[in-house]
Amino acid sequence: MAVLSEEQSMLRDMAQDWVNNESPVSAFRKLRDSGSRQGFDPAVYAEMASMGWTGIVIPEAYGGTDFGWFSLGLVLEELGRTLTPSPLASSSAAAAAIVLGGSDEQKDKWLPRIAAGEIVATLATDEGPRHGQGAIETRHFDGKLFGRKQFVDNGDSADLFVVLASDGWYLVDGGSAGLTRSTRSMTDSRSHAEIGFDSVPATKLDCGGEGLTDTILDQARILCAIEMLGMCRQLFDVTLDYLKQRIQFDQVLASFQALQHRMAALFTEIELTRSAVEGALAALDNGGDISVTAAQAKALANDMLNTMSREAIQLHGGIGMTDEFDVGLYIKRARILENAFGNSAFMRDRFAQLLAF
Amino acid sequence: MSTAARADDSLDPEAFRSGVRAWLDANFPRSLKGRAQLALELDVTGPEAADFNAWKAAMGSKGWGTPTWPAEYGGGGLSKEQAKILSQEMARAGAFNPIGGMGVMMFGPTLLEYGSEEQKQEHIPAICRGEIRWCQGYSEPGAGSDLASLQTFAEDKGDHYIVNGQKTWTSGGQWADKCFALVRTDKSKKHEGITFLLIDMTTPGVTTKPIRLISGASPFCETFFDNVVVPKTNRVGKEGEGWTIGKRLLQHERTNLVGAGAGLNSSKSLPDLAKQYVGTDQNGKLRDADLRARIAMFEMKWRAFLQTARRVADESKSGNGVSVASSILKIAGTKFGQERSELSLEIMGMQGLGWEGEGFSPDELRTTRGWLGGKATTIYGGSTEIQNNVIAKRILGMLDHQ
Repeated sequence: MAVLSEEQSMLRDMAQDWVNNESPVSAFRKLRDSGSRQGFDPAVYAEMASMGWTGIVIPEAYGGTDFGWFSLGLVLEELGRTLTPSPLASSSAAAAAIVLGGSDEQKDKWLPRIAAGEIVATLATDEGPRHGQGAIETRHFDGKLFGRKQFVDNGDSADLFVVLASDGWYLVDGGSAGLTRSTRSMTDSRSHAEIGFDSVPATKLDCGGEGLTDTILDQARILCAIEMLGMCRQLFDVTLDYLKQRIQFDQVLASFQALQHRMAALFTEIELTRSAVEGALAALDNGGDISVTAAQAKALANDMLNTMSREAIQLHGGIGMTDEFDVGLYIKRARILENAFGNSAFMRDRFAQLLAF
Repeated sequence: MSTAARADDSLDPEAFRSGVRAWLDANFPRSLKGRAQLALELDVTGPEAADFNAWKAAMGSKGWGTPTWPAEYGGGGLSKEQAKILSQEMARAGAFNPIGGMGVMMFGPTLLEYGSEEQKQEHIPAICRGEIRWCQGYSEPGAGSDLASLQTFAEDKGDHYIVNGQKTWTSGGQWADKCFALVRTDKSKKHEGITFLLIDMTTPGVTTKPIRLISGASPFCETFFDNVVVPKTNRVGKEGEGWTIGKRLLQHERTNLVGAGAGLNSSKSLPDLAKQYVGTDQNGKLRDADLRARIAMFEMKWRAFLQTARRVADESKSGNGVSVASSILKIAGTKFGQERSELSLEIMGMQGLGWEGEGFSPDELRTTRGWLGGKATTIYGGSTEIQNNVIAKRILGMLDHQ
């Protein structure tokens, strides 16, 4: 991985230790089996807040640490590794939208509370099952929002929605009258909901200029990509361990060249994907071409995790099909993240468009 | 020649830079600007020959073709930082390094590491001046990926060896002055029976036969050794150390092969090439939607490869040892080079399949030949299959027996 600063190394180590000790995959299972509609454990999120993770992309003036996107990525990669359910990615993406597009008043009102982990914010973007298909129909009229948003991350309990309407982004308080939530129970056992807006008070994100819509979505894409990379890494490691201990024909599976070459190919692809995703995070911090790198990172992470999640089950054999074993849990989260903010076909089209071909 | 830019560590970088600039201004022939491909030609003939030879002589005498090699053996003696400045200034001037070949890329670095003082004095200066062409005598008809099974035998005759056997895939063997070769000095041991020898290609008993490839080119040949006398002073290292030395040399080879591959000599990007041959609709999109998606995917992966190469360089500079990602560079670089060639061909259609003569542009013909020639990249220098073995065993720890 990229060369880290001392502060980043400490953050990464802290996240790694915390995830290994406090949030192994069994923590996710426990939450899933409890039937939680919220999709995450508020006590765990409060712990993340106390470690400063909830304010990493929020300026110090608003209670954040302004530690940067790459640093947030270090944490999200670790969380992805053990499928730790938390609204950290969606809340950070929503906060970053306010940082870019919000007025001083909007920032004052919301950012300190997001940074402190007191509230959960989320982006409400899509109106159908496929991102980017069809025009946005949610309308703003006379200070009120009308429309329906589908598959909103953490929609069951979010306190603040950053909503994409036909003419830009709006902030909507989750407690507003006229706002309805319908749970969608999905393969990853996280919270997804359809949110209805029927004459709901909303204030526009008026700053940030013309590229605001794209930038907000690109940021969200890159955060998805790093979580996916963490999942890839874990699936690869777990599969490699399994091949080294499973014995058939009196030898460990790891001694078969057919399997060695499959693992070497996956290793190669994961390293390439890592470069793209880290490059995109660095571009967010250093002001590179965010749109192109986001399209590249999300498409490669989509494809990589798709392949890795299938190979992990196949290489585990029958046991990979069981609910008791972890690998199956990853494929159920993987496909949701692949669809989020654009599947690979969408990203390729966008990439080509950005490069004018 | 100007003395403004004597390599000198005491110079501050900016003084060094202005010295280099002045020297290039005085010595780089403007007629050669942007003609880097001349360096790849065997013998530069025609109107550019005089300028090219003058440029080569100028760079050779400064040792700047091998900028970081020790000055005592004819290298430039520059620090890494100075070498970087030199290459920046050369790029700025449209200049190129006229000194290259296997001597520079592979043999020189290895000899500097393992050779005796006499051997370095004898061989390195001529490499720095680009005067001697070296070829590699490694592979044999029966020893490809399993190189250590090589059979070419060097029989001990006191102060010399008598070498008998056959090498193949000898790059540029038919034009080479000298050969660095792996030979067997002990038939009872596989790896430990191998020795590294330097063989003069003009010695009686050495013959070469070019191998014609599918691309029409003959960059390789078969080399036969029939009772060839090689003095023992031409042995690098001790008897039986050849495998260690030879492997080290292959590391230099792999470093230099990264990104090698077909199609990279074509100046146009794939999207531009496709726009030219396939055309765009009213929205500026390529007319072939399927091809467009595949080009996008290729460009994404190619960028990821370049990002990985930079990451590996950053990581190795940070002093945490060699990055594990370095092991994937040859696999990925050669694979993408071939993929790029295949896409170029698909874009050009029939126009990309011309062999020679009228009806095809030089670019088109180069693409065809490059596509065919590029198939070698995933085979030589440790095939993709061997690289996968290396990753599985050395990095992933997937051993044969546990």
